[in-house]
Amino acid sequence: MEFGLSLEQRQFDDSLRSFLRDRLPMEQLRALAEPGGGFDEGLWGGLSELGLHGLIVPERFGGAGLGVLDAAVAAEALGYAAAPVPFTGTTVMAPLAFINSATEAQQDEYLPAIAAGEARVAVGFAGLAGQTGTASVTLDGARLTGTVSGVMDAGAATHFLIYLRDGTAALVEASAVTTVSHRSLDRTRPLVDVTFNATAAELLVAANDKLASARRVLDSGRVVLAADTVGAAQTMLDRAVAFAKERVQFGRVIGSFQGVKYMLADCVTMLEPCRGMVWYAAHAQDAMPDEAGLTACHAKAHVADVAREVARMTTETHGGMGFTDLLGLHYWFKRVGFNRQVLGGPERCREEAAALQGWTLHD
Amino acid sequence: MDLSLSEEYQALQAEIRGFIATHGHRSPKVGGGRKRPDRKTLDWQKILLEHGYVGRTIPVEYGGAGKPPDVMEAAVIAAEFARANIYAGLTNQGVSMLVPTLLEVGTEDQKRAYVGPTIRGDIIWCQGYSEPGNGSDLANAQTKAELKDGFWVVNGQKIWTSSAHYADMMFLLCRTEPNAPKHEGLSYLLLSMDSPGIDRRPLKTMTGRSEFNEVFFTDVKVPEQQIVVGRGKGWYVANVTLKHERSMIGNADKVTSRLEQLVRMLGTTEVDGVPLIRQAEFRDRLLRLQGEVIAWKAHNLRLLTEAAQGVDSGVKRMIVKYGGTMLGFRLSSLAVDALGAAGLPFESAGEDAEDDDATTWNIDYMYDVGLMIGGGSNNIQKNIIGERGLDLPREPKVQTATVVGRG
Repeated sequence: MEFGLSLEQRQFDDSLRSFLRDRLPMEQLRALAEPGGGFDEGLWGGLSELGLHGLIVPERFGGAGLGVLDAAVAAEALGYAAAPVPFTGTTVMAPLAFINSATEAQQDEYLPAIAAGEARVAVGFAGLAGQTGTASVTLDGARLTGTVSGVMDAGAATHFLIYLRDGTAALVEASAVTTVSHRSLDRTRPLVDVTFNATAAELLVAANDKLASARRVLDSGRVVLAADTVGAAQTMLDRAVAFAKERVQFGRVIGSFQGVKYMLADCVTMLEPCRGMVWYAAHAQDAMPDEAGLTACHAKAHVADVAREVARMTTETHGGMGFTDLLGLHYWFKRVGFNRQVLGGPERCREEAAALQGWTLHD
Repeated sequence: MDLSLSEEYQALQAEIRGFIATHGHRSPKVGGGRKRPDRKTLDWQKILLEHGYVGRTIPVEYGGAGKPPDVMEAAVIAAEFARANIYAGLTNQGVSMLVPTLLEVGTEDQKRAYVGPTIRGDIIWCQGYSEPGNGSDLANAQTKAELKDGFWVVNGQKIWTSSAHYADMMFLLCRTEPNAPKHEGLSYLLLSMDSPGIDRRPLKTMTGRSEFNEVFFTDVKVPEQQIVVGRGKGWYVANVTLKHERSMIGNADKVTSRLEQLVRMLGTTEVDGVPLIRQAEFRDRLLRLQGEVIAWKAHNLRLLTEAAQGVDSGVKRMIVKYGGTMLGFRLSSLAVDALGAAGLPFESAGEDAEDDDATTWNIDYMYDVGLMIGGGSNNIQKNIIGERGLDLPREPKVQTATVVGRG
């Protein structure tokens, strides 16, 4: 038994973090965040050189053939940097959808392009995910009609892959649909409303159990968002600890006051187990199907709750400066807030965890 | 990431299952609170020692099985006994704290005299640390010992001494160098509880039981060689011991089994004909706790792996006592809330019999608060996490004459 990251995973983590440190100093993050489109060609291309886009794509399609745990490692690094990158949808959920539900010919057509970073498939859920907003789409033959609001990681999408309530996955080209992109609370990632009007779609229906397959994609997306949240919360904690060692009040650095010290001790006590939880849930997606659904729901919910507290207390630690735009701490506060709400908030995820165990309130 | 067991550990697992199938019926009942081991428990301990399931890494010359340390083996053994609900051997303060301390820093004579009898259960130890005036500030201990004619002469008082009412021996933290700075004036002595001048008074706690004692020392004579490491080294030795105590408290087996009990309890307890697990407020609390327990179990797997690799887990280990006791309390809190008014009739049967379920949960619920206070209170843990884990500055020291060298 070995619970933890392999040497290769740690090396990948190191090189990704070092790349992001170089490429995303605060002024660069501000510059990229301001337009709110969640995408930068240069950053995306640089990540391609690190092999990020093909992480999940099987080797025979030009990818690295790795798993959700590797994706979680990458997501934590991206969250730590608040990177404006459409990672969860494009790099994790989309290839998983093709692996789980597409025919060999469809895989052949799309997976190499995904691995190369050229096809950027945004994944939306018309139902299933429990996200608020409009999720009303009907399929007539192979034509989609209706609207899905709040699709994440879609700022520079070349395609939309929409999961319907029954687990059917329908793929359309972005040029064939009407989209409205909203800058979100988290300026590093927009949300896109996509409207279909009898739009011709290619269906991904090769899975034996299409609903189960859709849930696997959703579960993996939730775990990867939780990993991103751990990274974002860790940045806030690291910055608060550093600030508490520098800021002097009443002739003492504020980190020597128990009122401050205990908040930070509480943060690390809550946050550190979340990292193990995310690894466990990610590993369950890769290797323990019986636990995949339950651990994904719980990881998404619990990490979101912990990160809210960490974001609050670390902002408080910075005093008035924490509330200003000047420090930029708010990018991570908002990243935590974004991750909490997309693909189902904690209440929804725990409701699903209850249903998985038969703990329903009504028959 | 590999959560499977290697062939070596699978073989150990199979061996233990075979052992339990053959000998398990001789095991004493699991649980029942802290009391002096009876004949059945001592016989079972002997069988476990013979098979190397306790004292596994203790050298053969001191009565153990002499195997190399292997945290994964230890985890497999603990898991198999827990799974079968079989008594896994004595886990008292002598076995869990004094023995590892002596093996780390004791003399050859001390190891030979005490390790074997302690792991067999023939010698029961208590820990003489806290004093009425010095709880969290352990290094400020004022019980004094003066060397006269080859004996340490001990005078003073200890409190919160678990098991002292039936213990044979005590490991005692006392002040032998009154003029030295407080951390350098302490020594660690090993003494018989039958020594003349010792007065033990059981201290009844809020649970209604006497889990602790006050112990008074009046000119108690302890042979000079009964010191561990040396004069003024007591704080160092005490920290070796505390390290072992803190790692005992807050393990994941306890919170996992409590969660399982809660699922059963909420599934079977009905109010207005509806099981609590189908009532939104109760179900939500259970779900939140389930999430926390999953995180805690994963964290413990991570620590276990790091320990096996010889990696220092740093702040990840420092959070275990604080986080674990708080989670334990939230779990027992839900249990007493699920019991509700029907759980309020409270009659503790004492040490010789088993309590009913509701009384047991209420005792656990109260005892959990005690666990937050004992073994380095949770606020002390937060200081440790902040100062040693996050490298935050200490509180400025208050230097007054009363702190250094009092008494």
